[in-house]
Amino acid sequence: MIYLDNSATTMFKPQTVIDSVASYLGHPGNPGRGVNAASLHSGSIVYETREKIAKFFHFNKPSNVIFTSGVTESTNTIVNSIVKSKDHIITSYLDHNSTLRPLYHSGCDLSITNGSINEIEKAFRPNTKAIFLNHCSNVTGEIQDIKAIGKLCKEHNIFFYVDCAQTAGIVDIDITECNISVLGFTGHKALMGMQGIGGFLVNTDVLLEPLKRGGTGIHSFDKDMPQSYPEHMEAGSINVPGIISLNASIEYINNYGLDKIYAHELKLRKILLDYFDTKKNITVYKNDEKPAIGVVAFNIEGLDAAHVSDYLSNEHNIAIRSGALCAPLVLEHYEIESCARVSIGIANTENEINALINALELLNK
Amino acid sequence: MNEKAKILISFDSTTQAMAMEKACKENNIEGRLIPLPKIISAGCGIAWISPIKIKETIKNILSKNNISYKEIYEMEI
Repeated sequence: MIYLDNSATTMFKPQTVIDSVASYLGHPGNPGRGVNAASLHSGSIVYETREKIAKFFHFNKPSNVIFTSGVTESTNTIVNSIVKSKDHIITSYLDHNSTLRPLYHSGCDLSITNGSINEIEKAFRPNTKAIFLNHCSNVTGEIQDIKAIGKLCKEHNIFFYVDCAQTAGIVDIDITECNISVLGFTGHKALMGMQGIGGFLVNTDVLLEPLKRGGTGIHSFDKDMPQSYPEHMEAGSINVPGIISLNASIEYINNYGLDKIYAHELKLRKILLDYFDTKKNITVYKNDEKPAIGVVAFNIEGLDAAHVSDYLSNEHNIAIRSGALCAPLVLEHYEIESCARVSIGIANTENEINALINALELLNK
Repeated sequence: MNEKAKILISFDSTTQAMAMEKACKENNIEGRLIPLPKIISAGCGIAWISPIKIKETIKNILSKNNISYKEIYEMEI
C-alpha cells in the first residue's frame, strides 16, 4: 500500500517503537501505584518520557507534561477548565471540530478569524479571555504564526492554547518562545507513537480544572484531586504502553532530525503541487501566504472526492482521505462540501508521489 | 553511626519522587523509594530514604535539581 493519510495517523512506526511497547507488555506495572519493582520501572520510564516531551517542546517543567488519550481530550480539558458561558474567545476557521465543538458547547461568545495575526488582533476585545488556535490546518496544511500571536497574547495577558496535532513531529515548536499557555499534542500522527496517547503541556501558573477525578496513588484520603501537576490532571491509570511508544518515537525523531523530516515533506509536496499546477480542472485548497506542511487538499472538477479516494484505494492501493475532514469551517470557507486530501509522512518517497500522479492522470483523462 | 538512622523525603507528587530517584541514580547516591510510612501520612504515596550520613548530599540533590518535596524527616527504619 502507498499510504498518504498521515494526517489521520501515521502508518510507519519506527521498529524501536514497536519493540519497546512489545517489551513493556511482557512486564507491565502501574506507575505511582505501590512501590514494587514493576511499578517503579514503569514510573521511571513515564518520568523519563515527560522529560523528553518537555525538552522536545523547549519546556523546563516535566511535571507539567500531562498525558491524555489524545489532543481531543487535551482540548476538551482546557476548554472545560478555562472557558465559561459568555466569555469572549477567539479561534479560527482552520480549527478542527475537536476545538470548535467544545467551544460551541461552552456557550462562549466566539470570534472566528482566519488565524492571521491581523485578524486576531482586530478581533480582540477588552474582555477577550483566550485564543484557541490550530497550529496547522489538517485540510490546507497552512501553519499559523504562533510566535507573533503568542507575543500579542502576552502583551494583552490572554490565555493562548495551541493545538499541535498536525505539526508535532514535523516542525520545531518552542512553547516558551511562542508564549503558549497550554500546548496540546497527539501521539499517533507525526510523533509516530501509538493511538490513544497524547497530552498537553501547562505553561501557565493557573491551576487548571481536571476533566476527570479519581485515583492518583497519592493523597488518597483527600476529597479532591492533588494540587500538584501532573497528578492533579491525571485521574486513573495512565496509558503506559502509549507513553513508552512516545518515549521511543521522540528518540527516533531527535536522531533523525525535525529539519530533515520537514524538508522531506515539503519536497514531496512540491512535486504534487507542480503536477496540480498543470491541471486546469483540479482545484487545490491552500494559502500561499503562509508556510505549510505536506498536506494537500484538492478536488477534481466533476468528480466526487469520495470517488477519487475510493478509486485510488481500490484500483491502485493508494490510501488518501476524503470528506469534510472534521474541519467544517475550512470547507465552508472554500464553499465546498468535501475534498480529497493527500497527507505526506516521513516514510513516503518520490516514487510513491509519482505513482499517485500517474493514478490521478488515469482517472483525470 | 546508627545504621538504622535514615533521612526520609516525602512528596506531594509521585512524579517528584521519580525525579528524585533519577537524580540520585545519575549521581550514584545511596537510597531508594519506599511506600510512604503510615506514621507520616495515611493513604498512598512514595517517599525517598537514604542513610542519614548523607543528609547534606540529599538536600543538595533536591535543591540542584529543583525537586519539589513536602517534608524531610529523620527517623529509624
